Amino acid sequence: MVPTQYYLILSAILFGLGAVAFVFKRNIITIFMSIELMLNAVNLAFVAFSQAFGKVHGQVFVLFVIVVAAAEAAVGLGIIILIQRNRQSLNVEKVNLLKL
Amino acid sequence: MTPVLLIFFVLAGLAVLGAVSLVLQKHPIHSALSLIVVMVCLAGLYLLMGAEFVAAVQIIVYGGAIMVLFIFVIMLLNAGEEERTDFSKIAKFAGLPLALALTAAIAAAVVKPDQSLHPVTEPVIAKATEQISTMLFKEFVYPFELTSFLILVAIIGALVLAQREKK
Repeated sequence: MVPTQYYLILSAILFGLGAVAFVFKRNIITIFMSIELMLNAVNLAFVAFSQAFGKVHGQVFVLFVIVVAAAEAAVGLGIIILIQRNRQSLNVEKVNLLKL
Repeated sequence: MTPVLLIFFVLAGLAVLGAVSLVLQKHPIHSALSLIVVMVCLAGLYLLMGAEFVAAVQIIVYGGAIMVLFIFVIMLLNAGEEERTDFSKIAKFAGLPLALALTAAIAAAVVKPDQSLHPVTEPVIAKATEQISTMLFKEFVYPFELTSFLILVAIIGALVLAQREKK
C-alpha cells in the first residue's frame, strides 16, 4: 500500500509549483489558476491525513475548501473581467492602482 | 512494486508534469488545460485512497464547473500569450532556490520519520460517504449553512462586478 508520506510529499511539491507559478506568472488568469493549484495540493494533504488517522473530518473539510474555491472563482473572474474592461490588459504589472 | 504503488506513481507523475506545464506554458488556455490534467489525476489519487465522494466532487466541481468558468473567461476576454516583463535581479537569481527551499520546508514539516501514521490502505474508513453526510448535517451543520450563504454572496458579488454601468 502507498505510505501516507508519499501523498504528503506530492502535496508539498504541488504546493511549491503553485507558489512558483503565482510569483513568476504575469497573466492574471494564470495567477488565479495557480491559487487553485495550491488549494488542490492542500486538499490532497487533507484527504491523506483523513485516511491515515481513520477519521472523516479531513474529507468534510475538503468539501468546505471546494465550496470556498468555487465562490472565490466566481468573484475573482468577475474582477478579472472588470480589470480587462478598464485597462485593456491582463498583465498584472499594469494593475498597480487600487482605483479602477 | 505493487500495482497500487504503480498507479500512485503514474498519477503522481502526471500531476507533477501537469503542474510544471502550468508554469511553463505561455498561453493561458494551455495552462488551464494542464490544470485540468492535475485535477483529474488528483481525483484518481482520491479514488486510490478510498475517498470516492471527494473524488466525484473533485471531478464535478473542479474539473467541471470551476475550470469551465476559467476557460469561458479566457475565451471571453480573448486572452493572448502573456507578455514577458523583466524580473527584478533578486527574483531572477533567488526565485527558484527559494521556491525549492519552500517545497523542502513544507515536505520536511509534514513528513516526520517517526510518525505513527499507518500506511493508507483502501478501506480505512468504511462507508466514508455515509459518515461524511452524517457529519455534514450534524456536527458541521452551521458551517454548512454558512457556505450556502457564502455562495449567495459570491453570486451577488459576481453579478454586481460583471454588469455594465448604465449611463
